[in-house]
Amino acid sequence: MKRGKFWSGKFWSWVVFVVGALYFIVPLLATIQFSLSIRRGTWSLDAYANVFQQPQFQQTFTYSLIIAVAAIIVGLLLVVPAAYFVRLRAPQLRPLIEFVTLLPLIIPPIILVFGYIRLYSSSSILPLTNTDIGTNILLTLAYVALALPYMYRAVDTGLRTIDVQTLTEAADILGANTLTILLRVIFPNIIVAALSGAFLTLAIVIGEFTIASLLNRPAFGVYMQNIGANRAYEPAALAVISFIITWAAMGMIQLLARFAPKTART
Amino acid sequence: MAEEFLRIENLVKAFNGNTVVKGANLAFNQGEFISLLGPSGCGKTTILRMIAGFERPTSGAILVEGKDISPLPPNQRKIGMVFQAYALFPNMNVEDNVGFGLRIAGMPAAERRARVEEMLKLIGLPGFGKRFPFEMSGGQQQRVALARALAPKPRMLLLDEPLSALDAKIRVSLRQEIRAIQRDLGITTVFVTHDQEEALSISDRIVVLSAGNVEQFGTPFEIYNKPATRFVAQFVGTINTLEAEVVDPAEKSVSVDGQTFSVPRLPDGTRGPVSLTLRPEAVSLGKPNGQDIVLSGKVSEVSFLGSVIRLRVDLGRNQLSLDTFNDRHTPPPMLDQQVQVSMSSNDILILPN
Repeated sequence: MKRGKFWSGKFWSWVVFVVGALYFIVPLLATIQFSLSIRRGTWSLDAYANVFQQPQFQQTFTYSLIIAVAAIIVGLLLVVPAAYFVRLRAPQLRPLIEFVTLLPLIIPPIILVFGYIRLYSSSSILPLTNTDIGTNILLTLAYVALALPYMYRAVDTGLRTIDVQTLTEAADILGANTLTILLRVIFPNIIVAALSGAFLTLAIVIGEFTIASLLNRPAFGVYMQNIGANRAYEPAALAVISFIITWAAMGMIQLLARFAPKTART
Repeated sequence: MAEEFLRIENLVKAFNGNTVVKGANLAFNQGEFISLLGPSGCGKTTILRMIAGFERPTSGAILVEGKDISPLPPNQRKIGMVFQAYALFPNMNVEDNVGFGLRIAGMPAAERRARVEEMLKLIGLPGFGKRFPFEMSGGQQQRVALARALAPKPRMLLLDEPLSALDAKIRVSLRQEIRAIQRDLGITTVFVTHDQEEALSISDRIVVLSAGNVEQFGTPFEIYNKPATRFVAQFVGTINTLEAEVVDPAEKSVSVDGQTFSVPRLPDGTRGPVSLTLRPEAVSLGKPNGQDIVLSGKVSEVSFLGSVIRLRVDLGRNQLSLDTFNDRHTPPPMLDQQVQVSMSSNDILILPN
């Protein structure tokens, strides 16, 4: 009987798992193998060395990192209070807000960036694209929009794990104002959720090409595309590096979840 | 005469056309422990939340020491509150939770530490400052919540079913502790509960509410012994209701399942059917002295509760519950045994519906 059960249940789930794993792992292994094959007949890390030696690698990576951090800060400032007030005061608006936050997934970035360029180009009321700093601000805001679906969901999930209303009322009756409640009571209790939103934002921003390219910014995604068009082995090495960055970000989410403050619920 | 502290005038609250509080008029004295008692949906929590400022009254006024507090937001009312769900801040330890209100008020750190220590001693948890809420039991968390509410020296304390989430034993010990602390500090306290025993045991006065109306406002003694309405009589404690028929309005004699007796308290000119109510402890088994009404019936239920034995006696259409003390020399009557029960006509209440 045991054997029969194994064959019907566990066996097939393992088959599905292995096939699924191969689907993801084989291309990745092929990329890694290719990135190591720059010298004929031997493995080497030369492609990686070439990548790291290029000054543009560091410059563009640093640039994208700064933009990502800015996008995370602006995103949190926008999303945390919004999600909090929707939960507390206007729960009937939740479906609408969720729909709005999903829009960036529906509208392709190319449409978004053309819209931005029309709205904020040199002949508009707010000519952000006239200066470098203005364009950087525009790029940051575009990334806030791109990351919105992930950021909002992450924060909203965090808010679901705490009793927002009672905690707010408890702090309120003790004399706290709304800003204090947000900073000292709400945010510290959803920080893990907020950080997972932050790392997802980071992962998106590091690899993004379309918007950065059309706004003519020296971003990492643009650099990767450039290398990809001109070199053979280095793009594979770059792909592996950006994989590692993304996975490190995901790993950080997992790690931080363990330090989550326990809630008072039993 | 104690000084009046809180006055509620014609307080009305409606949610989307549904009126939950229908014109409450109440006045509480300085230092009093008041319970708002009633079944769920009676409006007791809504009244408390209006005092706290979380809900805006539809009409009416709430005055503290003669001043209308309606325009003030909750964070300026100087009121302490304890919630059913504890609502300790999960990211802060006990010290920071208790010190939260003090910190908001801008109290210097050294002074704050001293006050927190004092509060932890008051609630019997000294040395718990560094613990986090998740490391404590429900009873301990609720005590910390009480300390947090009291630390900024509020002018009034509101308790929103603070014991409901706790198990029975802790509920009883904590309610006595809350009452002792409240007496000690002399702080005016409003306590919301649906548990009549809880309300009777710790309150100076009780407000009994039903469907948004104040049914009665009085001391536990008055509420239990002189219920103003049938609702109060039935909600607070157990009560017997006998459906009787007036036999002779002049003699004030009535008949219950064919057994006739007179009730001098019956209002003049009462005719037809009438409901007589009385507490189980006002009925005795047998015929002791001073009981002028004797009825006979059949025992239909015997519940042995330890010091007390609760019997149910079938009179026919009506049934009567009665409590007798457990006398270890006399075993309780058997089921289906014919017994005589007696009562004093002075204990019978005739209540408006």
